[in-house]
Amino acid sequence: MIEELLRRAGADREKAAKSFRRIMPDGKANPILPSTTVSSRALTLVVAIMTFLACLTLGSVILVNRTAETWQTQIAREATIQIRPAEGFDMDAALEKARQLADTFDGITSASIVDRAATARLLEPWLGSGLDIDSLPVPRLVVVTIDPNSPPDFEAIAATVAREIPNASFDSHRTWVDRLITMARTTALFGTGIFILVLAATVLTVVFATRGAMAGAGHVIEVLHFVGAKQSFISRQFRHRFFLIGLWGATAGGLLASLLFLALRFWGDANMAAPEADQAAALFGQFSLGLSGYSATLLVILAIATLTGLTSQLTVTAFLQDLHDGETK
Amino acid sequence: MIRFENVGLRYGIGPEILRDVSFHIPERSFQFLTGPSGAGKTSLLRLLFLSLKPTRGNISVFGRDRSTISRSDLPLLRRKIGVVFQDFRLLDHLTTFENVALPLRVRGREEASYKADVRDLLDWVGLGDRMHVYPPVLSGGEKQRVSIARALIEQPSVLLADEPTGNVDPPLARRLLKLFIELNKLGTAVVIATHDLSLMEQVDSRRMVIHDNRVEIYD
Repeated sequence: MIEELLRRAGADREKAAKSFRRIMPDGKANPILPSTTVSSRALTLVVAIMTFLACLTLGSVILVNRTAETWQTQIAREATIQIRPAEGFDMDAALEKARQLADTFDGITSASIVDRAATARLLEPWLGSGLDIDSLPVPRLVVVTIDPNSPPDFEAIAATVAREIPNASFDSHRTWVDRLITMARTTALFGTGIFILVLAATVLTVVFATRGAMAGAGHVIEVLHFVGAKQSFISRQFRHRFFLIGLWGATAGGLLASLLFLALRFWGDANMAAPEADQAAALFGQFSLGLSGYSATLLVILAIATLTGLTSQLTVTAFLQDLHDGETK
Repeated sequence: MIRFENVGLRYGIGPEILRDVSFHIPERSFQFLTGPSGAGKTSLLRLLFLSLKPTRGNISVFGRDRSTISRSDLPLLRRKIGVVFQDFRLLDHLTTFENVALPLRVRGREEASYKADVRDLLDWVGLGDRMHVYPPVLSGGEKQRVSIARALIEQPSVLLADEPTGNVDPPLARRLLKLFIELNKLGTAVVIATHDLSLMEQVDSRRMVIHDNRVEIYD
């Protein structure tokens, strides 16, 4: 048809071809959707900020959870036998007997006596230095290390200790352990709750920002629809474009959060034993997210990019549905 | 090819803007659709383009009943109907060449397979040296020609043009009309919606006149 039209119109085909080659080099076609607009740049920024916040929250939750577990495990690993002094009581013999007795139980890996110097150091904050431990009726301790995988029968140990050694009592630290478990679980629950809230805020922000960025694309969808593009084609174009925008923004935000954790880790390592680093370590443990932390960050990035793509696809579908409903009215 | 039988159209609960419209657009036919501003020319074109459904009556397009055409079938049928919109509807981020090639691109055709055709068509509408230009820098007449070229690129069975000469001077209007006539001679049915009497006087052809919400046919 074109040939015939050209023949009739007497067009100079060669001239047109030359002009074409000059201005349209092969493979340089513009994408069907506008590549960058102010709204798409704003969307990238919003996605980056929200991903940064989500990854930061996720990382903090992971660190706090891990530290809570560590507290719990460390305190659960130890128990003590306490021996109170009394008139004419041979404390050293009682301590040695307690140590030997503890060793006989399954589930106890070791037992050691807290010697006079160590006991004096424990009391130093209250009684000052240079304390003569023998001049005061200070209770003495035998520290028992427990195998956390097969803990001993605490009640049996307590009963045996009370029966065999006068003035002695066994403290399994159960009260503290139970409290710490509750605290750790509360902390974990609280952290997870905050993460869910941040994630929900991220999802809503990304959804609305994507829809905002697409507000100006209505005429593009309409033109594509009128030139005979199938819905699947239009959806694919938008999903692909917005997935890339989401991926770019989310990667920037996730990377920034990961770099922040890395920087804190290096800061912690460099300031080991410094008071501020110790305080931070007591609360968060080591600032190392570990493989699981970085994998979770990667998942957040992919999830946000996918969410951006899917939102654009759903918006296109809704727009075409409205167009179709208008057509059928 | 396209047949209307007692078609009526109203928007929402408003009055009927088209009433008892019956006509047939045969293959290879050429007709003007005319009437005063606001008479319903664009609405009738939208019915022809399947972008509206009638409130009542029957429309048959390429042998298919309009009421049974599903949403997924619409794109395939639209490829047989070229439309020149009054407001052009060009994409500003695509060059003239890319705008004209858009219908082929959305079908998944490789650029190499249509490059020569698009180039020839643009040359034919007098835009051979403007194919690298983006729509914002084109004049109204040039945009109109790009829009026409885009409507023609898929070699449609029927071409619908809404006021195609509304933005051009009389010599270019005559040239565009000649283009439509040439196209019609090659087998494409043409419907031109216009209220430009001088344009219609240049061709002795069928006229569909909208009067009092009804269509009167003058063969």
